[in-house]
Amino acid sequence: MTASTARRWQFRQPSVIPGFGLALGVTLSWLFLIVLIPLSGLVWRTSALGWPAFWSLATDERTVNALRISFGTAFAAAAVNVVFGVILAWVLVRYKFPGKRIIDAVVDLPFALPTAVAGIALTAIYAPNGWIGSLLAPLGIKVAFTPLGIVIALVFVGLPFVVRTVQPIMEEIDKEVEEAAATLGATRFQTISRVLLPGLAPAVLTGFALAFARGVGEYGSVIFIAGNLPYVSEIAPLLIVIRLEEFNYPAATAIAAVMLIISFAMLLIINLIQAWSRRRYGYGA
Amino acid sequence: MALDTSAHEVHHHTSETVRTATTESRIARYGLIAIALCFIGLFLLLPLAAVFTEAFRNGPGEFVTVLQDPETFSAIRLTLIVAGISVPLNLVFGVAAAWAIAKYEFKGKAFLTTLIDLPFSVSPVISGLVFVLLFGSHSVLGPWLQSHGIQILFAVPGIVLATVFVTFPFVARELIPLMQEQGTADEEAALSLGASGWQTFWYVTLPNIKWGLLYGVLLCNARAMGEFGAVSVVSGHIRGLTNTMPLQVEILYNEYSFVAAFAVATLLALLALVTLVLKSLLELKFSAQIAASRRH
Repeated sequence: MTASTARRWQFRQPSVIPGFGLALGVTLSWLFLIVLIPLSGLVWRTSALGWPAFWSLATDERTVNALRISFGTAFAAAAVNVVFGVILAWVLVRYKFPGKRIIDAVVDLPFALPTAVAGIALTAIYAPNGWIGSLLAPLGIKVAFTPLGIVIALVFVGLPFVVRTVQPIMEEIDKEVEEAAATLGATRFQTISRVLLPGLAPAVLTGFALAFARGVGEYGSVIFIAGNLPYVSEIAPLLIVIRLEEFNYPAATAIAAVMLIISFAMLLIINLIQAWSRRRYGYGA
Repeated sequence: MALDTSAHEVHHHTSETVRTATTESRIARYGLIAIALCFIGLFLLLPLAAVFTEAFRNGPGEFVTVLQDPETFSAIRLTLIVAGISVPLNLVFGVAAAWAIAKYEFKGKAFLTTLIDLPFSVSPVISGLVFVLLFGSHSVLGPWLQSHGIQILFAVPGIVLATVFVTFPFVARELIPLMQEQGTADEEAALSLGASGWQTFWYVTLPNIKWGLLYGVLLCNARAMGEFGAVSVVSGHIRGLTNTMPLQVEILYNEYSFVAAFAVATLLALLALVTLVLKSLLELKFSAQIAASRRH
């Protein structure tokens, strides 16, 4: 019965494999119950605020500062991760050295380690009496409880996004391209900077965008090391939590809406980069 | 050297001995390896070491004592309960979603795949916030829930919902590329030989995807047990009742019970290490079944 109705609607191509209705039914109901209905609740509550109220909440000075700190530190951390992530991916793909397999596995640590654990560990290290903090203190550099601390935490959580996006694309590079460049007289540095890196640009951009998006929303690893000083080191997700604790739901909703709009714009950009890179290079980033 | 074979051999050993036009100089190689190792050591291994050092700061005796706190026990219990409910739920969903997306051609498939990934691009705090807006006392559902004595927020159901939300895509996004790569030929063969739909799933599809499935479950579980932001927003932090392990770490830390906080953190760090070891083993042994999805 399902098959005949489906064919009439041209919703799906006929298939002998049973279970389409059940599988899609489970998928869609679960998706609606868990993700779409709760998220549309947020959209609905935002639109219920009305434009003037939303605008004044979104442009509140503390909110704007929190958003600026979140996006600024996430951008800086993603930039650091691009540099070191690409080096790390290159080393893991091209070189042999003892302990390589362990290093490769350790790259995923930020995916596996709960963010709160990372947060207190980084704070312990970078606090003025910590392992690294005590070395930097005499130089007048404060990391913990400053925006620099936020960047450190976001470098931690974002690193695997860059490495794991760039690494598989690097593995696909044809050695012949490099050989061709070398026979045409390019030095090794020229081959890498003019031939290999441009080809990796879409993957690197995707990794940057993923690390950036993750950094903007990150909460657990940041709140311990940030010091959470309003206007200085208070991130947007924390301000949402503070507004919730004050039962100021409209303000929490407005900040969340602004963050979601920017994140979805980022997601769209990532997808466009991927589509563009597939067209241009024949492999996805 | 003039022989093809020996030239071939030299080419294979270039990284140790001879430099060719497609390798970097020895200094550049060692320099890059050193930078990579320093970065990993500084940003990843040092924090891991700090967790264990801080937990054992006052010796193993105190480590054991602080872990015997009944509140910590109930936090461990709650974390296991929440992961025990949300991981199987997302496992069933993930298999169903991958079956629908990988085995059939239908309209709006790409859009559906994007929607499944949606929770990954939402901040954990916002993932918690949406459930506060849905079930809180100011919401549409709030008064009705209250009058019927149903507690969702600041109770276990809310924590489970938030955890299911943040771990939603893990199993599905692991299985979809794998099952797409495997195609439908095996299932069609089984069906043509007279197997029923469920028999085909249990005896043909499931054995094909079991390692990829385990891989997805592993990552899903690690996130479910370690989730902090989303759970923090919906839990209400009621001691001994709605605190999961990551929340217990935060509470102890904010009370300056550093050794206790890091002791609970070691348990979570061990979970992370076990996850990484199992993940690497799966990648090593069953790369064919996982390779498809390693490209995020």
